[in-house]
Order: sequence, then structure tokens, then C-alpha cells
Amino acid sequence: MEEEWFTSGPPLELCSGKGTVMRIVVDFDLCESNAVCMGIAPEIFEVRDDDFLYVLNENPPESMRAKIVESVQRCPKQAISIAED
Amino acid sequence: MDSTSVIVGASLAGVNAARTLRLQGQTGPIVVVDADTARPYDRPPLSKQVLNGEWEPEKILLLTGEEDLNLDFRLGTRAVALDLAARQISLEGPGGATEVAGFDSLVIASGASARRLPDTAGIAGVHVVRTLADSLRLRDELAAGPSRVVVIGAGFIGAEVASSCRKRGLDVTLVEALPLPLERILGPAMGEVCAKVHLENGVDLRLATGVLQLETKVIDGVKRVTGVALSDGTSVAAEVVVVGIGVTLNTEWLEGSGLALDDGVVCDSTLLAAPGVVAAGDIARYPSARFGRMLRIEHWETAITGGEAAARRLLAETNRSEPEIFDPVPWFWSDQYDRKLQLAGRPMPTDECVIVHGSTEEFRFVALYGDGDRLTGVLGMNRPRHVVQLRALFDEGATFSEACERAASL
Repeated sequence: MEEEWFTSGPPLELCSGKGTVMRIVVDFDLCESNAVCMGIAPEIFEVRDDDFLYVLNENPPESMRAKIVESVQRCPKQAISIAED
Repeated sequence: MDSTSVIVGASLAGVNAARTLRLQGQTGPIVVVDADTARPYDRPPLSKQVLNGEWEPEKILLLTGEEDLNLDFRLGTRAVALDLAARQISLEGPGGATEVAGFDSLVIASGASARRLPDTAGIAGVHVVRTLADSLRLRDELAAGPSRVVVIGAGFIGAEVASSCRKRGLDVTLVEALPLPLERILGPAMGEVCAKVHLENGVDLRLATGVLQLETKVIDGVKRVTGVALSDGTSVAAEVVVVGIGVTLNTEWLEGSGLALDDGVVCDSTLLAAPGVVAAGDIARYPSARFGRMLRIEHWETAITGGEAAARRLLAETNRSEPEIFDPVPWFWSDQYDRKLQLAGRPMPTDECVIVHGSTEEFRFVALYGDGDRLTGVLGMNRPRHVVQLRALFDEGATFSEACERAASL
């Protein structure tokens, strides 16, 4: 099975002091649309009526990090990860 | 914090307790004990992706090689006794070697074992699905293409196993002692919908039917199951039988320890069972103010949040900080055929149940449960978005009627 990844780069203004920016990566082969992430961070994750997950902002601001980390940990399929670009 | 923690149970609750202890300040040894010999793994895929053959066991490991929590794992090791006064636990390792381990704090996350039918031990072709080894054994037998599989018990495990068998194109008979599947959890109306889902997917469903005995035959010196005799007088020929009739809690080692045991380890509202002793996961029974009764939750998510909360409870004791109350909104999912069932809350089967979105005919709907004007449950079938949105209503303190109104506007 071919894996599907988000690959677009971060807008410059989102880069943190460390020179990295958080990028949300969803492995759609694993995602089962349980929508747990949407319950934690609806600003970022949205499961729509087609039952698919949409990432509304692949490069969320640092202020969202705690919620994103919680979404990563709570995903029943471990389908979400954070890349630091 | 240089003290020693012992965690009994290396499944989801135990591993999350260990991770939280380590990441939130424990510098001393963390000993993690489990009777299972396999590296800690996630269980939901055992009745789905692993059983289907879609995933290999490496994919369900709970701790990847990259994460080094400096844990002292004792796998293949059983806790056999607890001496609370001496702060000691007796362990029995591989080969029967015994050992006594001292602890300053203890996490009880020994979970549960699959219940088996009496007098069926050692019969080839008879399975349960609880451990990775169970799942792989059954997978091998399903891959061999048995002419029929009988699944005993139409609970979540039974339903998911039946679903996995159908996915492989195998003929399945699903036997349930109650008049409807999942009736004790979801109530009769939703139980009926679940029965229809099985029928729609070509399962030979036998409701209100008990099992009299397994039929066996000795083939090449091995006693093998050949069929199941049912209480309606019929007999179903099968080369493989899967038993999904619930679990027995692993509390034997705690008997006589002085801990309160009552269908689980009785905890306070912070998961503390005794000073320095917490419980988490399937085994923990705690008072829920939210639902007004003692709860013991066997859900995946509760094992994570409970493991974390139990660890924080121990840390709070050390730091003398205010312990937090553990009272989450229970939530779980079950994948059956192409349907995803999700339940948030904890309804009683007698609660009122109203469809607020979609229809049961199309097997795509949301139902709300209420006891008087108290919202007790949100059930979705292929409606994950609605379930997660409506789950938030529990924390908002919405009444049943308010929840129904809100659901209508989604």
C-alpha cells in the first residue's frame, strides 16, 4: 500500500526560535476516522460528513503544541505524528 | 524521586503509567512486570488488522525503539502475591523462578484474561482472542480456510472476529445466549440494529441460544473440535471455534493483601487503592460523580488516561500536591464489517434511546441515551464527527433534551 503524506513546507512566519516549525503528518493508511483528534483540536482536525479526516492547518502555531501532542497520543491508530521542519 | 515503582501489567495502562512516571520526574527504578512474554503491544488490532493479516505484530508495539524510558521489564513474569505492610511483591518468572521485589509505589494494571468454556482446555481449534499469541494462532487457522467458524458470544470481540472471518470469505455462525447482541450495553433497540448488521453481512446468527458442548474427534492423536452442540437441539459443524464470552479479572494475586476487591480493585476518586498503591485500566473500579456510581471501564482510552492519572496520583503523593479526580467520559469504538460503532458515556440498557441523526435502516446514525433528563450516552454508527462533538456535551453539563436539540443542529 502506498503511504500518503503531507509534504508542503511551512510558511516562514511560523518558524520557531529553534529554526524549526511543527508540521502535522497523518498516515492516511492508518487513519480510521475515529475523530478523537477532532475532539481535542477542532481548529486543526476535522472529520467531515464523508467520514474522512481533513487537516485544516498543517503548520499550526507553537501555542497549539500541547493539544497536537495530545491528539498524537490519543489517536487510537497512532496515525498522527509531528515533524519538525 | 529516587524511589522504586513496580507496575504490574505491561499493557496499555501499565505502559502509560510507566511513561508518565518517567517523563514527570521519577528518577528511580521502574519495574514493569507482565505474564505475557511479548513486548508490550496494543490490543484493539488483535481482533481486526492483525487477525485479518493486514498488519504484522511490529506495527502494534506500544514502545518503539526510539523511546527510551529506562524501564526494567520483567516479561513472562507473573505477580503471585502482594504484601502491603512489607511493601513487597512476589513474582514468578519464566521457568517458575520466584523472586521478591520491594517497592515504594505500586501500579496495579494486571488487567483481565479471556474467559474460556469449561473443560475445553487443550482442544485444538478452540480459541480466545486476548493476547498477541492468541491472535496469531487464530490467524494461522483462519488462513488455512476452515469450512466454517463458530463464534461463541456476540459481544465486541465476537462481533469483530466474525467480521474478520467474513472479510476472509469464511462462513460464520455467531452464537449469542442473550436475545440480542450487546443488549446489556446498548439496550434492546440498538441491539436489534447490531443483529441486523451481522445478518446483512451474511452471518448465520443464532440468538437466545446456548452452547451445550463442543463436539470433538481425535485426529492423528490430537483432540480437535469438529462442531458445537447448541441448546436449540441443533449442531453446527466447524473446524474452528472462537470463544468471546468476556473476561476474568487478574486479581488472584491480590487476594488476602488487604486491598478491597469487588469486581476489580476498589479505588478512590483519584485511583488510589491504598497509600502508594494505585490501579488503572480494566481492573480499576472507581467512584464516578459524573455517572453517580462505581465504574470499571474496559475501554482502550480509559486504559491510557487511567494509567496516566494513576501515575500522576503517585507523583502527587510524593510532591504533596493536590491529587486530581479521575472521572472521564468513557468512549470506545468497535469496527464491525464496514460499520464503525462508537459510544461515549455509560448508558444503562433501560435508558431512553432516541435517534437524533440519520436512520438505523441505512446503518448510519446517532442515538442519544437519557435517564430522565440526564444525558447518559452518545452512540454513533458511521458517525464519528457527531459522536466526538456530542461527547463534549457531557462536560458542558447538557441535559438530555438540550443534547437532543444540539444534535438536531449538527
